[in-house]
Amino acid sequence: MSKNFDYLDHLEAQAIHILREVAGQFERPALLFSGGKDSITLVKLAEKAFRPGKFPFPLVHIDTGHNFQEVLEFRDRLAAQLGERLIVRKVEDTIRRQRLKDGSGKFPSRNALQTNTLLETIEEFEFDACIGGARRDEEKARAKERIFSIRDEFGAWDPKRQRPELWDTYNGSIRKGENVRVFPISNWTELDVWNYIRREKIELPNIYFSHARDCVVTPGGQLLAITEHIRLDPEDEITNREVRFRTVGDATCTAAVESPATTVEDIIQEIIETKISERGATRLDDRMSEAAMEDRKKNGYF
Amino acid sequence: MSVFHSAYGSPNKETKSNVLITHNSSLITHNSQKVNILKFITAGSVDDGKSTLIGRLLFDSKAVSHDILHTLERQSKNKPDGELDLSLLTDGLRAEREQGITIDVAYKYFNTPRRKFIIADAPGHVQYTRNMVTGASNADLAIILIDARHGVVEQTHRHSLVASLVGIPHIVAAVNKMDLVNYDEEVFYRIAADYQKLAQKLGLQEITFIPMSALAGDNVVTLSEKMPWYTGKTLLEHLETVEISETSEEIAPRFQVQYVIRPRTEELHDYRGYAGALRSGTFRKGDRVVVLPAGIESTIKAIEVNQQEVEEAFAPQPVVLHLEDDIDISRGDTIVRLDSPQPAVTQDLDLDVCWMSERPLYPGDRLLVRHNAATVKAIVKEIYHRVDVHTFEEQEAEQLKLNDIAYIRLRTAKPLVFDSYKQNRSTGGLILVNDNTFDTVGAGMLHEVPVTENLQQDFAI
Repeated sequence: MSKNFDYLDHLEAQAIHILREVAGQFERPALLFSGGKDSITLVKLAEKAFRPGKFPFPLVHIDTGHNFQEVLEFRDRLAAQLGERLIVRKVEDTIRRQRLKDGSGKFPSRNALQTNTLLETIEEFEFDACIGGARRDEEKARAKERIFSIRDEFGAWDPKRQRPELWDTYNGSIRKGENVRVFPISNWTELDVWNYIRREKIELPNIYFSHARDCVVTPGGQLLAITEHIRLDPEDEITNREVRFRTVGDATCTAAVESPATTVEDIIQEIIETKISERGATRLDDRMSEAAMEDRKKNGYF
Repeated sequence: MSVFHSAYGSPNKETKSNVLITHNSSLITHNSQKVNILKFITAGSVDDGKSTLIGRLLFDSKAVSHDILHTLERQSKNKPDGELDLSLLTDGLRAEREQGITIDVAYKYFNTPRRKFIIADAPGHVQYTRNMVTGASNADLAIILIDARHGVVEQTHRHSLVASLVGIPHIVAAVNKMDLVNYDEEVFYRIAADYQKLAQKLGLQEITFIPMSALAGDNVVTLSEKMPWYTGKTLLEHLETVEISETSEEIAPRFQVQYVIRPRTEELHDYRGYAGALRSGTFRKGDRVVVLPAGIESTIKAIEVNQQEVEEAFAPQPVVLHLEDDIDISRGDTIVRLDSPQPAVTQDLDLDVCWMSERPLYPGDRLLVRHNAATVKAIVKEIYHRVDVHTFEEQEAEQLKLNDIAYIRLRTAKPLVFDSYKQNRSTGGLILVNDNTFDTVGAGMLHEVPVTENLQQDFAI
């Protein structure tokens, strides 16, 4: 019987266990929801963990103002279908309130500014735990982070002061001001997520699938969707391509990949054959330096 | 440092890339057969070539993608010899790259058509025991690296002690750097015999010996032509085929409540479900059970898995249990089948500990104990002895220091429900938490309780 329990069942069981630990250990948890496939997967897992009850946490979206419209619509529809509470906080408001300098240049990124809004939101609602969809296979610094990651009152991650994580016992006890980031799908790879999406027939925003789109080619040779958030110069070459998005983040720093994949099946095949890692293919922000992610995490990033 | 070239014949980059960039192996092409997960840990000091071995596994199984390889090549250029340094694949933090050390457990993933693999890579210096215990707590298998030039050394003792303490079911004694001893059969068998003696002392079973060179790639993924005298499997083949026993299903049925689901809506007014994971064994609808530590008996009315009612559930499935009787049950309570061997229920705990804090532990210290979903206060009653990690001798100790392994007694504020760690890894382990900083400061593995001390006896009769 347990012979029928395969690796996706194991990953699912671990994630549900972690979500229930969050519910059992914290007073005011939240699920950080970006509208991307990883957080949509988390929502599916939360349904399995808590139905027929309500989720013991709201969905929280930190809206950079640079999101794809399709993703925002998907977010609102999903929250309504679930009948769960959705909290949206906008980076724009933080910029105004804290008189921050907005991202500038050709492809202005608000990726780093998100952290400010996230910390503000944590403070506003006194969240003691924030569940996120980060995976260890995404990036080398993440590979070192715990499933329960303790952050100080500035949201900062200190890799040298991490708690040992033994068996499936998760220590979420914290002092006042501290909070915990929880990553239930830490042990999933990109391929695992897609295989799970296929198995569970999980619906995704349509920008994950192939569509025709006007793009501009970045100096690094990546394709960036044309939106009102980027600055076009006369010499820019605009090209219409069959593309899809492999990760869904800011429109200004998440590149599209050329792909004919119109189904989950196609995408899985594409990932198996691909030669470039997920973040390498699509993220302009991680390429900047060897320790880009590590530095952002130390500053309170997701 | 770990530098590769010989395995690929030509150091020419073009050729190298052609070898590397074939497609990833896939889990999904084998839909018909179930793929499971093997979690393993590698134990060895920096010089044993541990990072190189992991790099080799990731590299040869095509788990390293194109852009990461380019980054690697760029970083390796700063090295004096300019060749590919595969240990860079696992050293993720800046301080590690700069100092050439590894400061924490890193997790790496790769897969073959047969299995998904999770590697816990624990570093090999000061904090080693603590990190290895952490990585080992979830491992099905440990690879213990032995340098062929040095044979079984002090480190090997320490790694093997931890492996035995944490109860890792399978051990691979990997005799590495065979290229540096001319692939000599004699050397390998002498080391294997030495290790066998050590393993006997610790009661380690299931040991597989493999002669290899992680640097040159011998017997890691491909069988070595240099060691025709070795007729066993390559390391990867062993990892792919080693039987992971589903022991948690065969041992006594245990369930612990993580969270109580009470929708309190119109249509689900009386719904009260106990959400948690089956820690071990199987439960069926209609089973007679006892709720511990309270000792109240009831019957399983229904079992839900993913909102579907099922007749039977097995570990480690996440479930929602419903009982016939209206009992006051909350997070941390344990439900066990009445017809199974009963767990210990006691406030007096004897346990092996690995102390993980820079602040020493003294008798009389107060701590928190986290036993899965149950958290209780505890006081250190006695340090029976500490164990010398190199000689395995028991020594008297007035305090425990960072990385010490010892046998101690705790008294808890409320009874804990558990099995001995030897019998049940999923109910016999606990963590010790500092009651001020809330840091995790120790790992504990519970021993069996003398019959006279088991509260369970009172109401089991």
